[in-house]
Amino acid sequence: MTCAPPDEATLIAALRARDEVAFAELVDRHTASMLSVARGYVPNAAIAEEVVQETWIALLKGIDAFEGRSSLRTWLFAVMINIAKRRGVRERRDADVAIAAFTGGTVDPARFRADGQQWSGHWRETEEPSPFPETPEGSALGAELVTVTRRALEDLPERQRVVVTMRDMLGFDSAEVCQLLDISVANQRVLLHRGRAVVRAQLEDYLGDAR
Amino acid sequence: MSTEPMDCRDLVELVTAYLDGSLDPDTRARFDLHLLDCDGCDNYLQQFRVTVNTLGKAGDDDVDPAFRCRLMEAFRDWR
Repeated sequence: MTCAPPDEATLIAALRARDEVAFAELVDRHTASMLSVARGYVPNAAIAEEVVQETWIALLKGIDAFEGRSSLRTWLFAVMINIAKRRGVRERRDADVAIAAFTGGTVDPARFRADGQQWSGHWRETEEPSPFPETPEGSALGAELVTVTRRALEDLPERQRVVVTMRDMLGFDSAEVCQLLDISVANQRVLLHRGRAVVRAQLEDYLGDAR
Repeated sequence: MSTEPMDCRDLVELVTAYLDGSLDPDTRARFDLHLLDCDGCDNYLQQFRVTVNTLGKAGDDDVDPAFRCRLMEAFRDWR
C-alpha cells in the first residue's frame, strides 16, 4: 500500500527489457480510456477492441525507438486515433463541415421570448430551467442519470462525442485534445459545448422538467 | 457596447467558455451580472455543472478480462 506506482519512464524501460508485469501495468492504466475513445470512431465494441489491440502492438513494435518526447498517453492516443479513423465508418459525412459555421442555438429557441416582445431573448416564464438534483455517490437516481448520459453520448456526432469523452469523461485538458484531434481551441470548445448541451437536454427530459 | 446586458439566449451559448475561464473580462462581467438577476440562467449553469459531473462518472473502467488476456497473449507473441 505504501509503495508508489512506478513512473512512466521506469515502466517504459522495463517494457524494453520485455518485462510482462510492466506491460500489464500500462495496459491497466490506459486500455479502458482507449476503448472509450476508439468507440467514438468505429461502429461497435468488437472493432474498438481490435483498434486498441493494434495500438498496443504498434507500441511494442516501436518501443525500442520510442523517445518519450510526448507522454506515453499522448503517443498511444495519437496512434490509436489514426488506426481508428482508417477503420471507422461512423459519420464520415460531417468530416469537412466547418464547425463554427453552425449558427443554430443549443437550446430550443421556443423556450425564449420572441424578438419584438418585452424581454425578448429571455426565458419564457414557463420555460425557465430548474436545478438538477445533486445525487449522492451510489444513489439510484445518480446511477439512472449516468445511464441516460451514456446513451446521450452514444448518439452524438463523432467529433462531439470524441471531444466530450476526452474532456469530461477522461479528464484530458483542452490543449491535449486540440493536439490529438488537430483542431483549434475555438473549434474544440464549440464541439464540447454542443455535445454537453445535448446531454444536458436529455437529462432535463429524463428529469421531467422540459414538459 | 461592453455594458450591453446579456440575453438568456446568448448566455446559454457561453457556458462552456465561462466554465473554461476563457471569456474576455468584459463578457465575463456581463455573464456574472446577468446571473445575479436571473434564476433561469443560474439554474441552467447548475444543470451544466451537474451534466459535466455526470459525464465524469460515465466512464467504464472495466476492461473485459478476455480482452485483457488477448493483449497479454499479443505481448508474449511479440517477446
